[in-house]
Amino acid sequence: MNTSAAVSARTSKLAAERLSAYYGGFQALREVTMSLREQSITAIIGPSGCGKSTLLRSFNRMNDDVRGFCAEGRILLDGEDILRRRDLTSLRKRVGMVFQRPNPFPLSVYENVAYGPRIHGLARGSELDAIVERSLRATGMWAEVRDRLGASALSLSGEAQQRLCISRLLAVAPEVLLMDEPCSALDPIATMRIEELMQDLKARYTIVIVTHNMQQATRCSDECGFMWLGELVEFAPTTEMFTRPKNPRTEGYVTGRFG
Amino acid sequence: MHRHFEDELRALKERLVHMGALAERMIAEAVCALVERSSASIDSVMAAELEVNDLHVETDERVVELLALQHPVAADLRLLVMASKISNDLERIGDQAVNVCESTRFLLESPAIKPLIEFPVMAQTVQRMVRDSLDAFVRSDVPLAHSVLDTDDTVDAYKNQVFRELLTYMMGDPRTIQRSLSLILISRNLERIGDHATNIAEEVIYLVQGRDVRHHFEQRKRAANG
Repeated sequence: MNTSAAVSARTSKLAAERLSAYYGGFQALREVTMSLREQSITAIIGPSGCGKSTLLRSFNRMNDDVRGFCAEGRILLDGEDILRRRDLTSLRKRVGMVFQRPNPFPLSVYENVAYGPRIHGLARGSELDAIVERSLRATGMWAEVRDRLGASALSLSGEAQQRLCISRLLAVAPEVLLMDEPCSALDPIATMRIEELMQDLKARYTIVIVTHNMQQATRCSDECGFMWLGELVEFAPTTEMFTRPKNPRTEGYVTGRFG
Repeated sequence: MHRHFEDELRALKERLVHMGALAERMIAEAVCALVERSSASIDSVMAAELEVNDLHVETDERVVELLALQHPVAADLRLLVMASKISNDLERIGDQAVNVCESTRFLLESPAIKPLIEFPVMAQTVQRMVRDSLDAFVRSDVPLAHSVLDTDDTVDAYKNQVFRELLTYMMGDPRTIQRSLSLILISRNLERIGDHATNIAEEVIYLVQGRDVRHHFEQRKRAANG
């Protein structure tokens, strides 16, 4: 595996060290080692079934709910091994996930965003209003929904629902945003807007995105990992990965001659 | 669809090889006119230039279309960008051959001032550089590309030698100044052809290895980063 000098341990926010994962007898990850930098976007690409979603979901232990799942190795969040952690609620507050299909709660716009801070006991009353406004502003949808905060979230467009889900995450002040194909249910214009939002959010968060869309990876990520059969084949700055990949398998995949 | 893209890339390469063959022939014919003191081959050089110019424009059109439609990355992207640059270099080589012809036309109007020993050798050397740089392109042959880079110094040495010799003619007999200057210009044209072949060789190295060897840029950057 090629690790660029740019991916230094110094600025590492989240790191996998020799991470292997199994679903029963099937090994989904093979000793993956990678370090994700703060204030950057890392894309993980690879063909279906290569383990990229398993890797992403390991970063906030979402696979724990899958029967027969087990993981070996270490996942370090600010140096702490989260695989040894008992309290998953506080982990998932720090490491939030955006899913493929927008999944707002069947509640009002306001309640969707207020839900997290309220159950975490972060705020009440006017403080809560302030968090809701700040979170909706951060995703650029405040102007659009300020007059209909009481409307059902399900009445919003797909893009607005996805923005709302991101607002809902931001409301609990996370540090890492995991995005699993966040634009795959959106049209190209909405996709572009979500990608721009990711660029805006990058200044304050560590973002990891899994995508099937290689052009999306080239447009929005700073670093990129190519996975194949559970292995991290190459991990490099995105510009390198798409102009002069070092591994022939990466070359084959990004040029569409393989996989 | 992907096979279609492969076919397009192959056609692009073939077009460059054809351009290279034309450019090489233009050098040979231009210098033949000079050395044999016969303008017979000059028309052929002029005709070839028109063809090379068309190929130059067509290559760039094709490259832009393929960039827009296929979104190439990695080796494919490097191939397309370098194809455009290589075609540019080949077009400039053609221009230099035309310049040689123009100076030759003037020289053929008066008697020769000296036997032209260096010129055929110099022409053969730069022709060889053009051929090798394109062979390196076709075969992804990095050592061959490096050998082209090394030959560039030889060509520069020829050019300096021609200049020194003609200087003595000009000082000895001012009536030779115009003709000497024309010969100096021709040696300069040939030397520029060597430079373009060198560019192509550098482009081939980037194409194959993803390493930019121009102006020792990478080494200087590494040194600067400690």
